[in-house]
Amino acid sequence: MAECVRVDSSTSTHTMDKSITLPPDEIFRNLENAKRFAIDIGGSLTKLAYYSTVQHKVAKVRSFEHNTKEAASDKLYEISVQEEVTARLHFIKFENAYIETCLDFIKDHLVNTETKVIKATGGGAHKFKELIERKLGLKVDKEDEMTCLIKGCNFVLRNIPHEAFVYAKHADSEFRFQTTHPDIFPYLLVNIGSGVSIVKVESEDKFERIGGSSIGGGTFWGLGALLTKTKRFDELLQLASKGQHTSVDMLVKDIYGGSYGSLGLTGDLIASSFGKSATADKEFSKEDMAKSLLHMISNDIGQLACLYAKLHNLSRVYFGGFFIRGHPVTMHTITYSINFFTKGEVQALFLRHEGYLGAIGAFLKGAEEDNPNQYSWGENYAGSSGLMSVSPDMNPMQRARSGTFDMLEMDRLERQLVNLPLLQDPSSYIPDTVDLTEDALAREYWLYCFEEALDGVVKRAVASQPDIPEATERAEKFRQKYRHKLQTLRHQPFAYGSLTVRSLLDTREHCLNEFNFPDPYSKIKQRENDVALKYYQKAVKSLEELSWEQRQFALVRGVLAGNVFDWGAKAVSDVLESDPEFGFEEAKRQLEERPWLVDSYDQWLERLKGPPHKCALFFVDNSGVDIILGVMPFVRELLSRGTEVVLASNSGPALNDVTNGELQILTERIAAMDPVIQAGLREDRLTLVQSGSSSPCLDLSRLDKVLAMVVRERQTDLVIIEGMGRAIHTNYYAMLSCESLKMAVIKNSWLADRLGGKLFSVVFKYEVPAGKPSQDSAALTPS
Amino acid sequence: MDFSLGAAVFYFHPLKCSVKLNRSFPWFGMDIGGTLVKLVYFEPVDITAEEEQEEVENLKSIRRYLTSNVAYGKTGVRDVHLELRNLTMCGRTGNLHFIRFPTQAMPRFIQMGRDKNFSSLHTTLCATGGGAYKFENDFRTMADLELLKLDELDCLIHGLLFVDRVGFNGHPECYYFQNPSDTQSCVKKPCTLDNPFPMLLVNIGSGVSILAVYSETNYKRVTGTSLGGGTFLGLCCLLTGCETFEEALEMASKGDSTNVDKLVKDIYGGDYERFGLQGSAVASSFGHMMSKDKRDSISKEDLARATLVTITNNIGSIARMCAVNEKIERVVFVGNFLRINTVSTKLLAYAMDFWSKGQLRALFLEHEGYFGAVGALMELLKTTEDP
Repeated sequence: MAECVRVDSSTSTHTMDKSITLPPDEIFRNLENAKRFAIDIGGSLTKLAYYSTVQHKVAKVRSFEHNTKEAASDKLYEISVQEEVTARLHFIKFENAYIETCLDFIKDHLVNTETKVIKATGGGAHKFKELIERKLGLKVDKEDEMTCLIKGCNFVLRNIPHEAFVYAKHADSEFRFQTTHPDIFPYLLVNIGSGVSIVKVESEDKFERIGGSSIGGGTFWGLGALLTKTKRFDELLQLASKGQHTSVDMLVKDIYGGSYGSLGLTGDLIASSFGKSATADKEFSKEDMAKSLLHMISNDIGQLACLYAKLHNLSRVYFGGFFIRGHPVTMHTITYSINFFTKGEVQALFLRHEGYLGAIGAFLKGAEEDNPNQYSWGENYAGSSGLMSVSPDMNPMQRARSGTFDMLEMDRLERQLVNLPLLQDPSSYIPDTVDLTEDALAREYWLYCFEEALDGVVKRAVASQPDIPEATERAEKFRQKYRHKLQTLRHQPFAYGSLTVRSLLDTREHCLNEFNFPDPYSKIKQRENDVALKYYQKAVKSLEELSWEQRQFALVRGVLAGNVFDWGAKAVSDVLESDPEFGFEEAKRQLEERPWLVDSYDQWLERLKGPPHKCALFFVDNSGVDIILGVMPFVRELLSRGTEVVLASNSGPALNDVTNGELQILTERIAAMDPVIQAGLREDRLTLVQSGSSSPCLDLSRLDKVLAMVVRERQTDLVIIEGMGRAIHTNYYAMLSCESLKMAVIKNSWLADRLGGKLFSVVFKYEVPAGKPSQDSAALTPS
Repeated sequence: MDFSLGAAVFYFHPLKCSVKLNRSFPWFGMDIGGTLVKLVYFEPVDITAEEEQEEVENLKSIRRYLTSNVAYGKTGVRDVHLELRNLTMCGRTGNLHFIRFPTQAMPRFIQMGRDKNFSSLHTTLCATGGGAYKFENDFRTMADLELLKLDELDCLIHGLLFVDRVGFNGHPECYYFQNPSDTQSCVKKPCTLDNPFPMLLVNIGSGVSILAVYSETNYKRVTGTSLGGGTFLGLCCLLTGCETFEEALEMASKGDSTNVDKLVKDIYGGDYERFGLQGSAVASSFGHMMSKDKRDSISKEDLARATLVTITNNIGSIARMCAVNEKIERVVFVGNFLRINTVSTKLLAYAMDFWSKGQLRALFLEHEGYFGAVGALMELLKTTEDP
């Protein structure tokens, strides 16, 4: 049971400046399959968007035909790796200076495209029109800038869970990501380009420019250049971040000698911007003037935004445009201004992919026939650069960043994802239990933990493809990629939204997929399923011999013991790897004795004495012992009680979690042995659905649309969530509108410590939503 | 204890005067702002021979000094054209004089107060504006004078309503612009604030305060902005090297802001029809200045004009939003930023009219920046020593 030992590895985590000579297969990826293009050319940056298809390997399972000879083999099903083609959106951002080089590159690699036009937006589209048409041989088709911006904004808000954030300069984590409200409308978008446009967005197609101001980024830049003789926007911001505005601005205390108490105006408030510079006999430093100018413009924009928000009764206000674009200095001053003018009632929101909105929108305009808005999309962590801090002062190496390529990739998801209808309050639901962006100690532990586990993952990946010689090389590439991601996250924990155990796990899955390791655990899962299935009947029989009350307890212990078998948890994978005989009985012995760390078993038992549930939705976890000897008998009991069961398993592989494909086969096999399960299937009282996810964790706000439909149709009144990833790392605090049962064994001693338990402590959390009394009389004490 | 005060003053019942305890002269009201000190002085013209005899020498000399000069020291100015003649206040008839000097000259003013032995006069110096607080101690220690400090917004409203009531020597105090959208036919028209409430009062001094006024005593400060007269002058000084407001305005009157500002048509080639923006609208103030070529080709006059237009439009925009939010249709602009500044008054009139599609009307007052000082003087007359 190896424990993670802390080793200081931070010395080796220097992020090097990326030069312009990035390997081309990493910049314009999948260009050969590019189908559609769009370009957004701003004042200094170009954003290119293209839609492409990606061919990658997926693991499929297929039941052996019973009548073939192969059936004699002791394997349950065969695993095959197939090529699958999926759709991906690529977005690349680079400096306008590289536009010609990039166009040449694209030209050379564009082989398969049939497209004749390129959608273009942004102020620079006009300027580069001729160049693009000449280089690419595509006709430039201009799209309205604001329309593109709004379309892009809707797209990211809808598809990227942690898109919006609040900026807090002095907080432990500068970026506080927001859960996007399921209904993203209405909102106010304040776009601060050279001027300011204030747009009210009411629906996908309905938006209106309700106001604006001529005092914007161009004013800062233009006036700043005149006042300080500094030409570049970035340099002006840098000057501003070093200046003292109080030598230039007339403050309330300069007029009053102190505060203006009766109006609640503090002495430090600016009464008159540049009010002290109305004198000929004084010199002012560039820094001070730049700072004063920055305050003047930020405050003014903030004030107008607040007035418009108030007038139109809008509380969600997003800020974008080149004035904002990730600059901590301007995000801070705008945030300050909004807080001041609304007394905290409205929060200034910023967007992680703000710079891409125009390009995304232009692309969507051109891709309407592909109906991109009918699909769900997911950010591919493997291919996206993530958000960087661009403060020149906070991170000196960022100076070079503008010269590098920034990327965003969005994968089209197979399934359309929606909220679980049983969430108590979808707008406040946060899947993750610990936000590692805010919790520095936890962050440090988990980053370290994932780094430590990397060798094992690489080994596992190689072992999963024994017949493919270049697997080692690919696995090595995977190692580099994921390690680099971990290092990036160490410096910029906010790079992909809130950093969580889930996002670390998902990033790892994305990276594995990227290097064609679609399911490194497929063989292990297969073996374990085979073995466990042999014990199924015996397990069921021994349960049936117990009294009702004994059986209920044994079933719960079975689910918990089964859940000890988990390759995702380091402490366990060590044991499993060294001692394959570690059996189900052994696992039961390892389990904590009652009272458990979180223990509402008594309430659960009381509830079982009452009438059966109408329908239970069960989010399952691992293959093998877990699903077969733990979950299935439990399901069997529910069915026997007259409760319908919906088993939700992952759509795609993640660690040794059972996938929907595998579970289909397993359930059939079990049905062949067990009349209860068989009847359940036959009578449609046992249903298998896919979750829509390929993560070891669970985001109840992004679930398969079919699942949501089934849940609603069957009037589900019990949700069971099993396993550390789904019930502890995520959803531990999730509030549901029906009864819920969260069961897990803590297989990580750090986490156990955190929760006040020890290794193999048990969490058994049965909850009844407030206002819905449990059907028996037993009062529940919240665990 | 009602008595005849003259209709105008009588209207304000808070203004209670005592016949017996006639406030002793001199009568001053003072508003010490961030940039300018505004001083109003009531010169009694109904002094009886008896009074004349009793009048102490330095009081006489103050009166003579103030009324026989139009400039004081290097920077003090009496706005003779604003003088309100034969005004009745607190039972006395006299002329109200309007004097201003830079706040920077405050130390010299206090010095003068000491030299003239002001403290020996049995009067209270009523002062408002931030400087009443800032310089209170200096008045006390240097000139042995106790200030009666008054809230500047109270004074502003009282003073404004008073002056509007008494009128401007037989003419209305208030005016507006007819046809504000048409530079050819745009003309200044006098009017009265017959039924003044509610009004949105926009006071543009160094900074800007915006008040929603529902009655003489019921008002709230809606918001303010730090982009005000001080910003115009401060930026102009930095950009053009000018030194005074007059100089800055003079330059602005000759400049062309479209050389400095980026217009909608500079970006879109014409109107931005998708959003109904005219090509001539400013898209980005100082937007052309992002380019070095343009920076090298503009004049100081252009810069002054652009600064003026930027600040004015911004105030107009915020005022308009406040008016809509507060549901008030009448927007009254005051403050010394508007002094000799027809570029701004016309621009504000236009902005209110154009953006509200004629719903809002901008009103202006002749005594622009002096209402706080007048309000302070009224407090003096109201302050009665009666038990």
